[in-house]
Amino acid sequence: MKSINDRSQDIGPFVSQTDDGVIICRCEEITKGEIRQAIHDGMFTVNEIRRYLRSGMGLCQGQTCGKLVKSIVVQELDVIPAQLDPATSRSPMRPVEMKVLGNEEVSHV
Amino acid sequence: MSKHTDVIIIGGGIIGNATAYYLAKKGVSVTVLEVSKDIGIGGSSRNGGGVRQSGRDTRELPLAMWGIKNLWPGLSEELGVDVEYTQKGNLRLGKTEAHQKILQGLTDKAVSCGLDVRMIDGDEIRAINPYLSNEVTCASWCPTDGHANPLTATLGYYKKARELGVRFITESPCFELRKIKGVIRQVVTPDAIYEADKVLVAAGYDSRKLLATVGIDVPMMPLKMECLVTEAEPPMFLQMLGTAEADFYGHQSKHGSFVFGGSSGFEPFNKDNGTPISSSIGASCTCRGIMKYFPALADAKIVRAWAGWLDDCADKVPVISPVEEVPGLYIACAFSGHGFGIAPAAGYNIAEMIADGHSTIDLSALRYDRFKPKQ
Repeated sequence: MKSINDRSQDIGPFVSQTDDGVIICRCEEITKGEIRQAIHDGMFTVNEIRRYLRSGMGLCQGQTCGKLVKSIVVQELDVIPAQLDPATSRSPMRPVEMKVLGNEEVSHV
Repeated sequence: MSKHTDVIIIGGGIIGNATAYYLAKKGVSVTVLEVSKDIGIGGSSRNGGGVRQSGRDTRELPLAMWGIKNLWPGLSEELGVDVEYTQKGNLRLGKTEAHQKILQGLTDKAVSCGLDVRMIDGDEIRAINPYLSNEVTCASWCPTDGHANPLTATLGYYKKARELGVRFITESPCFELRKIKGVIRQVVTPDAIYEADKVLVAAGYDSRKLLATVGIDVPMMPLKMECLVTEAEPPMFLQMLGTAEADFYGHQSKHGSFVFGGSSGFEPFNKDNGTPISSSIGASCTCRGIMKYFPALADAKIVRAWAGWLDDCADKVPVISPVEEVPGLYIACAFSGHGFGIAPAAGYNIAEMIADGHSTIDLSALRYDRFKPKQ
């Protein structure tokens, strides 16, 4: 099975595609072309792409684009999906105001 | 695929990546071995992004000041990645007389090293940052401090080093360092034995176990710290912030989100899951701390929280040093939670140390054999 661990492997030149302008991460407005370019800059994992571009770091935390980003990496690097981990899920599950998250008072009704 | 390069760097964090980049610029061939699947997944991308001189120990302050003068201002251009370097000062905040004493002590030490930092009162604090609550009565103010984006800086060094021909191998745990004829030569991984004339260990806390294979020890412990980030807010302020007791710190990023780190008081006893997972109490506690200083942020929404390991040194400053007992071996670890801001300067000077035998900044105060028992 082809490995993505050798980051110097030849993945060919970046060739622009007609749908490179399509927005993949809606929260942070990251396009398919930007994601493909990041892969050619050496970002071979979903976590690295997230840190490099902010894809999946917006309000929905990648719940919309996570699988799309993964499928773009699979195509670009010619690997199988099982080789790629999803980006790390993090708390809280939904955006929460500081005054709510920071409130630990329990009301006994 | 050749298993031999001039230098092997163990650890694909910002220290390893920056050193690899500056070595490659000198024409040195480098292999970087990273234990995890991702480059820069440790403390390098989990910190609060401070690029500070104030509040630092005098042994590492020359490195911090040199980096801020010579490397940070041009780093985005050099790496071809926006590292979001913002030099708008650092406020270290206090509310009590005890805080004032801590801040005055830090300020006096930094001034003796030639740093432009001074104590200011509540009115001047709120003239710089009008969002701070009236409870804040004193602060140290260093106008040449700032912040940057740890994610793009760490991966920017990786990208640029890779372009210059540095080989990066991920999922490559190093088990053993081996000497041949008295000098460092081999790095043993499950898949291969790599060879080099010189080896840099820059693997955070994991450095300790690896260095033990050649009989070297750095007195440090892992310490789990936690951070959080809000949704994007309108621009409010550009300074880097900290507090006298380091109970929270952070800044507003270029993106608009606020990145804050904080402590719950249980850090030395946090659970070790094998991977750094946020505790149930950390983010909530940090939120309470922030709201006491910034009442206006009470409605800001937290979108994400995370944790990371510090390689906390016995005397809270890094070890950056050649190792005499093992010729060809170099150490850069134990940055104790304030390595990001000095990483470019550290990488630059470590590359000089490895390639030229001497560095621009005298690093002798950061040697590995400085640790002495109490008298």
